[in-house]
Amino acid sequence: MRGTIAALLAKDMALELRTKESVPAMVLFSITTYVIFHFGLDRNAVSGDLASGVLWVTLLFAAILGINRLFVAEHEQGGFDGFLLAPVDRTALFVAKALGLFAFLCIVEVVAVPAFAVLLLGPSPAQALPGLLLVLVLANAGVAVTGTLVAALAIQTRARDLIGPLLALPLLVPVVLASARATTPLLQQGGAQALPGDWLAVLALYDLVFALIAYAVFDFLLED
Amino acid sequence: MPIPDHAVVLRGAGRRYGERAALRDVSLELATGSTLVIFGPNGAGKTTLLRMLATLLRPHAGEVRVLGRELPADGWAVRGRIGFLGHEPLLYRDLSGRENLRFHARLHGAPPARVEAVLEAVGMTSRADDPIAQLSRGMVQRLAVARTVLHEPELLLLDEPLANLDPAAAAQVQPLIGRASARTRVLTSHDPAGGLQGADLALGLKAGRVALLAPAASVTTAQIAELYA
Repeated sequence: MRGTIAALLAKDMALELRTKESVPAMVLFSITTYVIFHFGLDRNAVSGDLASGVLWVTLLFAAILGINRLFVAEHEQGGFDGFLLAPVDRTALFVAKALGLFAFLCIVEVVAVPAFAVLLLGPSPAQALPGLLLVLVLANAGVAVTGTLVAALAIQTRARDLIGPLLALPLLVPVVLASARATTPLLQQGGAQALPGDWLAVLALYDLVFALIAYAVFDFLLED
Repeated sequence: MPIPDHAVVLRGAGRRYGERAALRDVSLELATGSTLVIFGPNGAGKTTLLRMLATLLRPHAGEVRVLGRELPADGWAVRGRIGFLGHEPLLYRDLSGRENLRFHARLHGAPPARVEAVLEAVGMTSRADDPIAQLSRGMVQRLAVARTVLHEPELLLLDEPLANLDPAAAAQVQPLIGRASARTRVLTSHDPAGGLQGADLALGLKAGRVALLAPAASVTTAQIAELYA
């Protein structure tokens, strides 16, 4: 299955490099949203729970853009049929798409998180960085798994641009909640405090549960 | 793996789209190595039948056996042995022909050298690095033919395979998907004379039902014309 996942992932990365349809839009959306928050909140700097909330809500909505585009090439250019005709494990498509989305989210955050720090964040992010990276990785995994599952479901519907966010947003509430709670102590005005282990555990548990659900149901989503 | 006497066996096969029956009670046997040509007006069920044989659609009634395996239960066992050429080329528009074929070769476990061989066979080596979106429909069809035979399938399912091809290109792909390919073939056609030529069995579909099933040599173009009346 590794070879199939590698082939699918390489193809998706080549398509994104060629078309630049997802990542640039997600990055631009994030930065624009931080600018809007900057003016909308009428504050030069935020910290603590407000900073955490702004960071994660923005990243979540940026992720929705990527989720909506995830299977468009497969749907519009026969990629589903091409894949289904091959003698390969269908789970490979899920794994490759989730890894691709995870990579897209990481790339977006390389730009969006520093932009957030410059545009809005009061406290210095340097101290918070190791903890923040851990939360980002766990949250990205959750968004990638759930997002891929939702995208595969939504792409089969006529109103996929509507169905995707309508399904994804409620399912991703636990990710935003746990990530925001886990990040809040890191972004305190007085300096970063310790990471709350219980919220990290919630994130890890969410990732595990949704990965198992996706593993169990993804094949059926590809069925005629 | 033993080669079955019949590459395709249908017994009362049917398929619905919601309430509408797209195929009803289709029964036939196609011997291994022979060619079945399917005629019928638009919406007669030709593409549905091909997609069902390709494991892309589940049969809703009857028995469907392909290459000795029952569908849909054994679909996994026949997927890599089928070459399907539908209305869509199943190629990514923003990738080049070579990139697309390399991707499909990896999915099917075909050696990279095979990509170059099929590109040459369809006469697309010189344009193989151009994005699909920049190619003419005929060129894309030639690449779709290359994709179809990339993994050297035993059974070819071809939906109007010569559509968009000029006579020279049509002749060029004949060794790959024509009778000369020596593979079992199921193809659709709207050209009575061309379709019957090189076929062993002719099937006429009308509104999802079998209106004609006979050895191709015994079928006249007038009988085919009646299907479209």
